[in-house]
Amino acid sequence: MADKAISLDRIGKQYLLRERSHKYKALRDVLANAYMKPFRRFRGAPAEAHSPRSSSRELFWALKDISFEVRHGEVLGLIGSNGAGKSTLLKVLSRITEPTTGRAVIYGRVGSLLEVGSGFHPELTGRENVFLNGAIIGMRKAEIERKFDEIVAFAEVERFIDTPVKHYSSGMYLKLAFAVAANLEPEILFVDEVLAVGDAAFQRKCLGKMGEVSRQGRTVLFVSHNMTAVQSLCTRAIWLAQGQLVADGSPAQIVADYLRSNSAAAVDQVWEDPATAPGNEVIRIHRARLLAKDSYHITVNDSVQLEFLYWNFLNGAVQNASLTLYTLEGVAAFSSASLVRECPAGLIRVVCTIPGDFLNDGGYRVQLMIVRDTSTILYNHQSLLTFEVRDVPRPYSWYGKWIGVVRPKLEWDHEVVDTVASVVSSGVH
Amino acid sequence: MTATDLRIQSDSNFSGPGVIIEPRSGWVALHLRDLWEYRELLYFLTWREVKVRYKQTALGAVWAIIQPLFNMLVFSLFFGRLAKVPSDGVPYPVFSMAGLVPWTFFANGMTQAANSLVTNTNLVTKVYFPRLTVPVSAVLSGFVDFVIAFVMLLVLMLFNGVHPPIQVLWFPAFLLLAVGTAMGVGMWLSALNVEYRDVRYVLPFLVQFWMYATPIVYPSSLLKEPWKTLYGLNPMAGVVEGFRWSLLGSGRAPGPMLWASVSAAIVLVVSGAYYFRRMEKTFADTI
Repeated sequence: MADKAISLDRIGKQYLLRERSHKYKALRDVLANAYMKPFRRFRGAPAEAHSPRSSSRELFWALKDISFEVRHGEVLGLIGSNGAGKSTLLKVLSRITEPTTGRAVIYGRVGSLLEVGSGFHPELTGRENVFLNGAIIGMRKAEIERKFDEIVAFAEVERFIDTPVKHYSSGMYLKLAFAVAANLEPEILFVDEVLAVGDAAFQRKCLGKMGEVSRQGRTVLFVSHNMTAVQSLCTRAIWLAQGQLVADGSPAQIVADYLRSNSAAAVDQVWEDPATAPGNEVIRIHRARLLAKDSYHITVNDSVQLEFLYWNFLNGAVQNASLTLYTLEGVAAFSSASLVRECPAGLIRVVCTIPGDFLNDGGYRVQLMIVRDTSTILYNHQSLLTFEVRDVPRPYSWYGKWIGVVRPKLEWDHEVVDTVASVVSSGVH
Repeated sequence: MTATDLRIQSDSNFSGPGVIIEPRSGWVALHLRDLWEYRELLYFLTWREVKVRYKQTALGAVWAIIQPLFNMLVFSLFFGRLAKVPSDGVPYPVFSMAGLVPWTFFANGMTQAANSLVTNTNLVTKVYFPRLTVPVSAVLSGFVDFVIAFVMLLVLMLFNGVHPPIQVLWFPAFLLLAVGTAMGVGMWLSALNVEYRDVRYVLPFLVQFWMYATPIVYPSSLLKEPWKTLYGLNPMAGVVEGFRWSLLGSGRAPGPMLWASVSAAIVLVVSGAYYFRRMEKTFADTI
């Protein structure tokens, strides 16, 4: 289908940043202001200095000149760092707040899920809240009745459906709220991060449901920080930064660009001058570099080479390099050491290869040590390289981090030793 | 409309050229059709208010009776018995109760409506729906309490041998006037409350002063024309006198005073609705 579902023409949203103490105006301030105005003129003081409305009247564009079109059936991922304007854009499109400039047109029935469980009341039972919440997000009563059993089954709260939700665990509460939302069937769906609720198993279920929705040919706008989810669910991605559209294209490309620009990764560090390079009087680091198919976009299948070049000023020392890989949480994943060699003074190169199918999804930091006689540490650098490893997208199924610091691909044997029939016949006499 | 647009319409059940989102300025149309489209939501929000109101209270719906009943007892003692305030020839308890029942409905409806948007901040900032449903459902949810209190009024009338006259047929009109007034004030206050939380503090005073400006403890027959007509600009004066005239047969048919009340109520509702719609676009940003 090539029909327009949404079109945005130079949408902008401006917010007035007020003084922190003026979260909302009190009538007192307005009156005091009106009262102060005539005096101000006599005093000759600059008017702005006294008026809280003008002195703190800082304007801020949360969105600026956003234009794009979405066709029916497209699943569009909106990515960007916090405060980039993604959620504001969804709020404008779902008519919660009005744009300051521009114009958008939406062709179709809209459902928007910016938060699950809006309007849930703690005193009402699960059953009552399903109806209430359904009505709030725009479902007809008949529609909710028809889907009621499905909703309850999806949420896995059958036993507690007639219990007030204030007695629910927070997980149950979120599951029920999501289940209602997931059964909303609009032509155009806006979804904010909120879908990442509950435990890992439930998140998997949520993403599965999202995949199902997108395969039914509905138009979806999906805001997420989960890049792997964006890649597996979306057919197109838009990258926002500081309220502006940075790039628009295929999810794989946009996500890669975004990660590259945004990543804290340090995958190639070079110091040309031995005088200022990190190190000490005996060792100076010249270069630390990570080599992979794409160093900014390493997948769990890729093998990674860590290359270190250093100046050795200790002629004839017996030395070796050793590295420790830490996860971003600071857990040591493993250590490994190079062969011990007698090195002349000069530039030395050591390379360590980490095989593919070994690292887990996540960020890693490399600590490097140069050791003399396998006992004396000549130089120790805590964080010479940092890099991120990502799971490989598999369409419509959960992926991401596995349990453990590494996830090696190991040899497995798998065979049938005996069939059920013979087990039963030998077990029962 | 382009050919593409037409095709979309035939593809799906979607009717209309699409929802246009753009900045509006100044006064905007009321779009009462929106409210009709969302009538099920209105129903569910009202139902929620009713359900939740007396949850986890020991006395439950008895509270709906206690409020007017105790006021009536206090008024009957001080104003009826001690101050000998005239009551248009009806026993004072019945007289004051007939005023208190619509007044309690109005005062609670106004208070609930005024706080309704602020109480539902999470809805206003996260979901789109016609915001008018919030204060309107707050007023409508008071109906259950009203019916309970009304039954008690009927019992009290029966006890005192007061029978409704033929003009009781007019009663629904006065009830409608009370609903309209509560909604008009509720729309004004709820929209103001979004920006000025002072409303929360003003409310108790407003309720108190307004009650003494309404003929609840005294009859409006104490006033002479033209003051009486002017007095009718308080729509609740028309409501209370109307309740007494149609239910108890006391006083005279409210003439010019009632018209003043009806006009004032219409002004309140229309201006309230327009003001609400005007402020609505900034609710999610300022609340």
